[in-house]
Parts: sequence; C-alpha cells; structure tokens
Amino acid sequence: MEPPRHDTHEHSDHEHEHDHDEGSMLSDTALRVRALESLLVEKGYVDPAALNILIDTYETKIGPRNGARVVARAWTDPSYREWLLRDGTEAIASLGYSGVQGDHMVVVENTPQQHNMIVCTLCSCYPWPVLGLPPVWYKSASYRSRAVIDPRSILTEFGVTLPAETNIRVWDSTAEIRYLVLPMRPGGTENWNEDRLAPLVTRDSMIGTGLPLAPDEARQ
Amino acid sequence: MNGPHDLGGMMGFGPIKPERNEPVFHAPWERRMFALDFAFGAADNQPIDANRHRHEKIPPPRYLNSSYYQKWLESLELRVVEPGFASEAELAAGHSVNPPIHAHGLLRGSDVANAVATRWPYTRPAGAPAMYAVGERVKTRNIHPIGHTRLPGYARAHIGTVERVNGCMVFPDSNAHGRGEDPHWCYCICFAGIELWGSDADPALSVSLDLWEPYLEAPDPT
Repeated sequence: MEPPRHDTHEHSDHEHEHDHDEGSMLSDTALRVRALESLLVEKGYVDPAALNILIDTYETKIGPRNGARVVARAWTDPSYREWLLRDGTEAIASLGYSGVQGDHMVVVENTPQQHNMIVCTLCSCYPWPVLGLPPVWYKSASYRSRAVIDPRSILTEFGVTLPAETNIRVWDSTAEIRYLVLPMRPGGTENWNEDRLAPLVTRDSMIGTGLPLAPDEARQ
Repeated sequence: MNGPHDLGGMMGFGPIKPERNEPVFHAPWERRMFALDFAFGAADNQPIDANRHRHEKIPPPRYLNSSYYQKWLESLELRVVEPGFASEAELAAGHSVNPPIHAHGLLRGSDVANAVATRWPYTRPAGAPAMYAVGERVKTRNIHPIGHTRLPGYARAHIGTVERVNGCMVFPDSNAHGRGEDPHWCYCICFAGIELWGSDADPALSVSLDLWEPYLEAPDPT
C-alpha cells in the first residue's frame, strides 16, 4: 500500500525542519506569519504582550493534566462523578477549568458495555480547558475521516483492543458541545487517592483512543 | 457546503501516526499563528462560525495539503484584508502604510487570563418549544446548502434517536454569513452504525451528532 504523503502530520514535520535555522532559512509560511504579526502589532490591532501570554498559557497551564484532575476526582468521589455526568460544564468549572472551547461540556462514561470516542469530522473541535490544544493526529484527515466509520481500526492502531461485544459510541462534535471521556478506573488502585490516580489518566484515555495506565505502567 | 472539510467516512488517508511526547507547537511560527488568531478575535469580533466557513472554502487540493495552522494563516489573512483592516500590499510588506481602521476591541496582556477562562454560552432564549423530545425518532434532511452547515454529508437522510436536548443555540448556518444568530433547538442525535454505513458496518458502532432543528424532520410513517 502506498504510504500517505499528504497528511497534516508530515506537513508539520516538514515545516519544522525549515524552522530549525530561524532567521536565514525561514519557510514561506513562517515569513508570512512574521509579516502578519508585524503588521497587526504596528497597526495596534494586537498587543504583543497578549501574544506571549497566550502562548505560555496553552504551552504550560492548559493541558491534559486539567482533565486528569477531573477524572481522578470522579473516580474517588461518587457525588462528584454524578454531578460531572449530569452537568459537565459546572462540575468541571468547580475545579477551575472553564472557558474557550469548553463553553458546554458533556462527559461520557466508559463502561464494560460501552466505549466512547471523540472526534470532530468537520474541523477539529476539542475541549481546550480540560485537554489543551489538540495533538496533530486528532486534526489529521486520517482520524477525522475514519473515526465515525471504523473506530475499531483506529483503536487497533493505538494498541487498544476491546472485546467484540463492547459497543463503541463515537461523538462527532458538530455543535459547541465539547466532549470528555470518563475512562474506567484501572484495577489494582482500590485504595489510591486522587493525587495518586491523576498520573494514570492519559490524554488519549480522555479522547477515547487510549486507556488509563495500569499501576505497574505508571511506575515505569 | 460539500467541501473538503467534510471528511467523515472518506477513505485512503492511511494510518494515524501519534507522536510520542508531542509538543504543543511544532515550530515557532505555529506559536505565533495560534496567538495572533486568538488575539485578533478581539479586533474583528467575528463569530467562530464565519471562521470555520472560511476554512471550508479553501480549495480542496490546498485544504488537504495544508497543516492545521497553515489553514489558520490563510484564514486570518482573509480576516484582515477583506474587511479592510489592512491592504494586500501592507500584508505582503509586513508594514503599515495606511492608518488603522476602527477595531472592535484590543486584547491586552492583562486581559488574557480572563479571556481564556470566560465562558461564552451559545444557548439563547427560545421563541418556540422544542419540536422533538428525548427518545423520539427523527430523520435528517437531505440538504446540500452552498453555505456553512454543521450537518455532515455522512449523516444526511438518516434516521436516528434524540438522546439529549442541548438547548436553543446559535445557528451556525445563519451566523456564519452575517445573518444573525437565528437560534434554533439543538439536539444530540444517535445513529446506529448500520443506519449510516449499511449492513457491512460494525453492529456494535453508533455515532452521535449535535444537530439543529432545521436539519431534522419527522421520519416517514412506518
């Protein structure tokens, strides 16, 4: 089979190489962005200080560790779990996570009977306040095209095998509702508290393309 | 529109390649691009629906060959030039020649934390009660609007079940085109995989989409 040549992942790598030697070998794209930034700043439409704070916010403050706190709390506090499934937006906001691309949150719970997976086939909608900005594969044509027709093949590529009788529910984010998967708590963690559980909760387990780490995986 | 963005069910894009320890951004320009797009939202105050439609209108070969942030760049350049925030020549030069026009607002550094964390609900007061109830069967319309829509091609003319009433929400098909928010009831509709993809589909698959009332009709009586 011919390898895919045009997915967004490879394109990003390509751009990345060009940017290693910034200043002398900038790609056309990088030059266009630089021109746009200079112009918008010079005209006073954007504040350079805001740009730097935005970058820092999404690189260091808003990411999947937020979602992991939500999941670990739900695993240890039955009343929080109930609230989270009934009103995801408010329950998540109570832990301090709210805002852009998380205006209406719905949390879907994995069970032995049903596995949930999240996609946005039309663009790349993703619950930023709890997971941060989406990974390249989530935005790729491969994932967006296949998640709704053959999610089991995607799970296989991620190393996840579910029993054939487990129902798979895919949530296509076509409106402003953003989804978060509440994965099943791993076995062997019965006496673990929230702080110890949170590192088991991977980003992919909250998208539905992965499972949480097992206790022995977390020790490695 | 039936554009290149409507990817659900397409084939041939190859395996998914997750990257270990993936950075948030893959190049310095992606960082700047992300922040510029976010910050300029305060200046032009355009709805996200209009921005999504701008992406959809990128011609298919270029859409499929562009990375995520390259599409953002193409879209932001249009957002700047089309309403006259800057000219093509200024954009090419990266330098201001004409005075700025009136901007809706400015996102200052001190405003960022608040802007990021503020919720902007899309629910609006309803002019009429919801037409459908949880558990009811509905059929999606077979429509092919030339403008923006959030009813993907793969989910048209299929029967599903109302799973949740999301509320009366801003209607992207209107809002993307400057025709106002025109709120309509929005529902989470669940479809069986075999309904969407035929009898060869995984019988254990179902797919849910959030769809507005104008996309729906009562199914044919059976």
